[in-house]
Amino acid sequence: MIETGEILQTMHMIQEENFDIRTITLGINLLDCSHPDADICAQRVYDKICQVAKDLVKTGEMLEEELGIPIVNKRISVTPVSLIAQADPRPIAQALDRAAKEMGVNFLGGYSALMQKGATRSDERLLDSIPEVLATTERLCSSVNVGSTRTGLNMDAVKRMGEIILETAEKTKAQDGLGCAKLVVFCNAVEDNPFMAGAFCGVGEPECAINVGVSGPGVVKRALEQVKGQPFDIVAETIKRTAFKITRVGQLVAREASQRLGIPFGIVDLSLAPTPARGDSVAHILTEMGLESAGAPGTTAALALLNDAVKKGGVMASNHVGGLSGAFIPVSEDIGMIEAAGRGSLSLEKLEAMTCVCSVGLDMIAIPGDTSAATISGIIADEAAIGMVNQKTTAVRVIPAPGKKAGDMVEFGGLLGFAPVIQVNPFACDDFIARGGRIPAPLHSLRN
Amino acid sequence: MTKALISVTGLDTTGIIARVATKLSDLNINILDITQTILDGYFTMMMVVDLDGAHMEFSAIDRELQSVRDELNMTIHMQRMDIFDAMHRI
Repeated sequence: MIETGEILQTMHMIQEENFDIRTITLGINLLDCSHPDADICAQRVYDKICQVAKDLVKTGEMLEEELGIPIVNKRISVTPVSLIAQADPRPIAQALDRAAKEMGVNFLGGYSALMQKGATRSDERLLDSIPEVLATTERLCSSVNVGSTRTGLNMDAVKRMGEIILETAEKTKAQDGLGCAKLVVFCNAVEDNPFMAGAFCGVGEPECAINVGVSGPGVVKRALEQVKGQPFDIVAETIKRTAFKITRVGQLVAREASQRLGIPFGIVDLSLAPTPARGDSVAHILTEMGLESAGAPGTTAALALLNDAVKKGGVMASNHVGGLSGAFIPVSEDIGMIEAAGRGSLSLEKLEAMTCVCSVGLDMIAIPGDTSAATISGIIADEAAIGMVNQKTTAVRVIPAPGKKAGDMVEFGGLLGFAPVIQVNPFACDDFIARGGRIPAPLHSLRN
Repeated sequence: MTKALISVTGLDTTGIIARVATKLSDLNINILDITQTILDGYFTMMMVVDLDGAHMEFSAIDRELQSVRDELNMTIHMQRMDIFDAMHRI
């Protein structure tokens, strides 16, 4: 029998410490929707999503009610659109956005291209359309994979993405460049990621699958408050225990959703995903460990411990673990990170170092609107190189806020939050980016 | 068996257990376990119940409890036991 103390602990985690299931994401294969006529393809896409996902939101809401835990987002990820678009991809984009609205999901991911080694004509068409598509759709998310450990970095794609990010910001300047918040540039993109904006349903995935992302930075922080001043062994153990509990609930929700929808369970993503709400911050876990502010010396080590302990605790709690799995450090979506950036303890360079030891990358960072396309490409290249060499997923989601300079605030609203614009290194890398071509894949032996 | 936890909290008054238990009895819901205490004048009760006898949807049972909630002016939550089992038992 469960003891009263255990019941109260669970209720406290949900009611006081912002423990929630961050997302149930339904992955849907769209390869069978491909057609030479863009409009027919778009219609097939719309029809299939509306058929497969028709009970997604309702099922999520039922589980919320029965289990008494918030399931914050119900989302959909689809096959990268560049793989199904034989012609103009824009009608498909509009169909996806309509389907997302019809199904009541707040984001749909998969307006994507995988071009780690090179671009197909379809990839090029999709890339060209991204700024317009993100400015004219509401819920559609886009991602582009520009490198991998096996293939190296496609520097032509890196160069192009710098331009596209700038163009997307310009086209959505009335909303501080909001379009860029829906656009991720990956190295080593994963096929079963349930988190936006980078979710897509990879070609190795089944027809459809339920992937669940858990959350609970507030729960971890509160647990660490009980072990103040204790050595790191205790800190790691405490995080592991907490992550285990969180993930078990994620596994329960994933299993139930899978059964009710008649859709196979894919993975649980062992994540710590913050929101801008107070008490839901990854940065505050770091400060709880003894740092004055996120970004202070020791931050990378603290994050490395946190990330590893979350995985160790979570892995035993779930049948299948996947996605991005790790602590997220999106700046505008984490009140502790926002404050740290505001008080100058968090620089772009420190954030880059932090991404070496956690999931996923330079995320939701507002940079000055006058940053050049080449500089953005340089930032992408650096981050992708970290992923390539360290055999991990890295990503860049920066927002060059039009008309804004370092220190100004930008506001994206809702879960996307707000953030001060961060200073970018003023020295140029234009000639470096202009080279194009490919950076060869790294050696996998002689690893020192 | 579909087990659920019903938690009842609020200012203490006469007949809370009776009122909740009567409603559950009306719905043919069997009570498996009860713990109850008064903390700083606040009544806190947890009941483990078996919902199968009710032959109703979870949400319908929850709506039925709403009337007790309104009548007693108490906070009444019902959630399936699975979440506690998942979190605290391997």
